[in-house]
Amino acid sequence: MALTALGSVLSAEEGGEAVDPSKAGFVPPNSLEFAYPDIFGGDGWLTKPVLQIVLAVVVVFLFFFLSSRKRAMVPGKFQFAGEGVYGFIRNGVGRDVIGHGFEKFVPYLVTLFAFIYVNNVMGIFPGLNFPTMSRIGFPIVLALLTWGIYNYVGIRKFGVYGYFKNMMFPPGVPKPVYILLAPIEFVSTFLVRPVTLALRLFANMFAGHLLLLVFMLGGAYMLANESLLLNVLSPFAFVTAIALTFFEALIQLLQAYIFTLLTALYIAGAMAEEH
Amino acid sequence: MEGTLNLVGYGLGAAGASIGVGLIFAAYINGVARQPEARGMLQPIAFLGFALAEALALFGLVLAFVL
Repeated sequence: MALTALGSVLSAEEGGEAVDPSKAGFVPPNSLEFAYPDIFGGDGWLTKPVLQIVLAVVVVFLFFFLSSRKRAMVPGKFQFAGEGVYGFIRNGVGRDVIGHGFEKFVPYLVTLFAFIYVNNVMGIFPGLNFPTMSRIGFPIVLALLTWGIYNYVGIRKFGVYGYFKNMMFPPGVPKPVYILLAPIEFVSTFLVRPVTLALRLFANMFAGHLLLLVFMLGGAYMLANESLLLNVLSPFAFVTAIALTFFEALIQLLQAYIFTLLTALYIAGAMAEEH
Repeated sequence: MEGTLNLVGYGLGAAGASIGVGLIFAAYINGVARQPEARGMLQPIAFLGFALAEALALFGLVLAFVL
């Protein structure tokens, strides 16, 4: 999609496909940039984001499988990297946040972190240039998985009645406050948490991709323009695009970590003994 | 002047979120200034708080585009 917009920008003089020749100017990217056609044409489901998701699954699997094959006591470089990623989530997120009984959740947390990070990095990876988590469907599935897990864990430990009682009526609160607190807690824990979890990841990736598009397409427009002033000023747009790419790399890692950390926090909260 | 009211809404929403992020990092800087050894312990909490506050500003941005 970005190539189409770029093409229409560069051919603005002849009148690009989407640009009205009579008032050809910069067409800023909008949410249509995120809609990809079926790779065989038409509007099927086999689009570029779907292929990228499959690629991410393969990459994550190969990384952990290949790095753990040798199982040497003195690890080589690849095994060290795999152990580093695994240990970072297992210790920093699993053990420190969930505490007792955290081992069951480590596979899910490590896979979640690696999967989200690989998908995010595709946003700045040359050639792919599209963060698959900027399509709302994918974060929704991950958030639903997390929601299902932390509710199931809580209900299995306390029973349905006990779980909701712990959630809506935490001890140590004067009785009349419960009228206000219980609905807020229910809505917050049961309804709002999966929504914000999905929306946070989606919004960060969507906004980041849009930012990069604005500066890169804007720089291309300025470079292809007739006005010499814009031609001379276009490197500033490209330099900003480069700086934002580095910023996006940080945000992508941060968002993957935040999703995993919040998943662990919600699981810990569902399993927490109130007394 | 063209545009939609979405942008005004996003601008107003971003004001609160930016103040929130500033407060979070002010607390982090204060904590590390008083006790530099606490830097490693406070860092994950600072980033968690930043992501949670930033999320609301980004909801505004995304909804400004989508709606």
